[in-house]
Amino acid sequence: MWRFIGIRLLQAVPVILAVITVTFFLVRMAPGGPFDSEKAVMPEVKAALEAQYRLDLPLPQQYLAYLGDLTKGDLGPSFKYPGRDVNELISAGLPVTAELGIYALLVALFLGGISGVVASLKPNTAQDYIPMSLAMIGICMPAFLFGPLLVLVFGIYLEWLPVAGWGDIPGDKILPSITLGTAYAAYIARLGRAGMLEVMSQDYIRTARAKGLPEWQVVTRHALRGGMIPVVAFLGPAFAGLLTGSFVVETIFQVPGLGRFFVQAAFNRDYTMILGSTVFLSTLIVLFNLLSDILAAWMNPRLRAQFGGR
Amino acid sequence: MSNDTTISDIATAEHGTSLWKDAWIRLKKNRLALFGLAVLTLFIIVALLTPWIAPYGYETQDLDLGATPPSAAHWLGTDIFGRDLLTLIMYGGRISLAVGFVATTVALLIGVTYGAIAGYAGGKIDAAMMRLVDILYALPFMIFIVLLMVVFGRNLLLLFLAIGAVEWLTMARIMRSQVQSLRQQEFVEAAVSLGLGPATIIRRHIIPNALGPIIVYTTLTIPSVMLLEAFLSFLGLGVQPPQTSWGLLISYGAETMEEFPWLLIFPGLALSLTLFSLNFLGDGLRDALDVRSSKD
Repeated sequence: MWRFIGIRLLQAVPVILAVITVTFFLVRMAPGGPFDSEKAVMPEVKAALEAQYRLDLPLPQQYLAYLGDLTKGDLGPSFKYPGRDVNELISAGLPVTAELGIYALLVALFLGGISGVVASLKPNTAQDYIPMSLAMIGICMPAFLFGPLLVLVFGIYLEWLPVAGWGDIPGDKILPSITLGTAYAAYIARLGRAGMLEVMSQDYIRTARAKGLPEWQVVTRHALRGGMIPVVAFLGPAFAGLLTGSFVVETIFQVPGLGRFFVQAAFNRDYTMILGSTVFLSTLIVLFNLLSDILAAWMNPRLRAQFGGR
Repeated sequence: MSNDTTISDIATAEHGTSLWKDAWIRLKKNRLALFGLAVLTLFIIVALLTPWIAPYGYETQDLDLGATPPSAAHWLGTDIFGRDLLTLIMYGGRISLAVGFVATTVALLIGVTYGAIAGYAGGKIDAAMMRLVDILYALPFMIFIVLLMVVFGRNLLLLFLAIGAVEWLTMARIMRSQVQSLRQQEFVEAAVSLGLGPATIIRRHIIPNALGPIIVYTTLTIPSVMLLEAFLSFLGLGVQPPQTSWGLLISYGAETMEEFPWLLIFPGLALSLTLFSLNFLGDGLRDALDVRSSKD
């Protein structure tokens, strides 16, 4: 197990380094310097600004300096908001996005897990078709359509819930969390159903039934652990999806999180902000992929055995 | 000699047609897949004929009219500039579908070639090539596409290429596993012993036999590509005015949905219906072509 974790950790290092390098040079390749747009800037001022942001150095040196800053945990300043830096914006946005992501994940696991298991217990009956059709709708209804529709129905027509904001009015966290969680609930339901179906036909389930366990215990004590492996393996990619999905949801509901900062930075062409947040978000995603791989391996006795047991 | 070839020709020809015929018979039993196929065919025909059959010109606007709900003159209503919504959806559909198909073709070409080479070469080349795919898999591509659109400007061709370049990874994996199992088989060995080169063997013998999974996965890639385009356009980073797409129309609709809900609902319906159809068709094809669910 430790060897497995070690190998995976070592694999993550070049990926993160590649992300940093590609992002850095892509952003530097962007046409026009960040201070070209301000028209009447005196040459001396421009030179001073460029020195401040280290744009006067040759590119390889800029890159090394940036890497040096990163090892110190400094993601660099913002071009657009003088005096603020990327770290500051991230530390303001991250808690909000994390909270939204956790709620959404809970929605997804709760809705998706239950409907997936329920559907798998009686395959090809109404108990299977109804949740699976709903899951299909969840997959085909993108968040940027589902969110506004929820706002229209529950916020505007029924006036049950606030239409935007985060933590200002009670209940304003409900709609963003549901919007973000629904698509993942759908995927989890499908994966959970497939995983459970495969497990339920295996010998050890028959053994469990043969020794006289009631069906609910067969499911909860024996089948779930194996059947949920695909779901756990999906959590890494789902986390990446939740982060990018939060771009849309935070824009729709005006949630002051990382996603909105990132989209605004993309609009403002705030290059250092994009660079910093890309590096940060990518690293986060790579780490979560790693975590979900490890968790899935730990749940899978065969993989565990392959790497020398516990 | 000549007798031999005719017999084997007949045998392969019959086997070939019956396989696809079988699949078609099985697909026909699947109502949802047929429904998907019908909707898609309709949408594609409409998209192709749009310049001739659209009820109004793309640039026709009636500012005095403003946003009106659906009526006899404008079946789906008009937007705030008095443009006919049906016309906008038809023109937007052209872009959305084009992105879906072109980007998927890019992904298909890269993925199939890459996977076929890796699977056929085997050994160290295969290991190195698939290692690269693993590394690319771990990259957060959504963020990179946003980055690309910021750095290089929001141009449609780039959007095609960027999305296509992201989606080829799974295609390469599927193709590689297909090739690996096919190249063990006798007819490939026969082709090798006949002295055919690797390129010919891949093109003539391996790709046709791996077609089933490729078709299924292609059908399932198109909706995810279209979603990606709509996602970017919704954020304002994809298709730019004066061009339009379903994602862009949904984004405008969401801004004004309080007063003019039809501006959100109809483009949303068009997008969802297309995604539904493609997914149902893909699932149906998977069952019909009996592709083992090797989705991941």
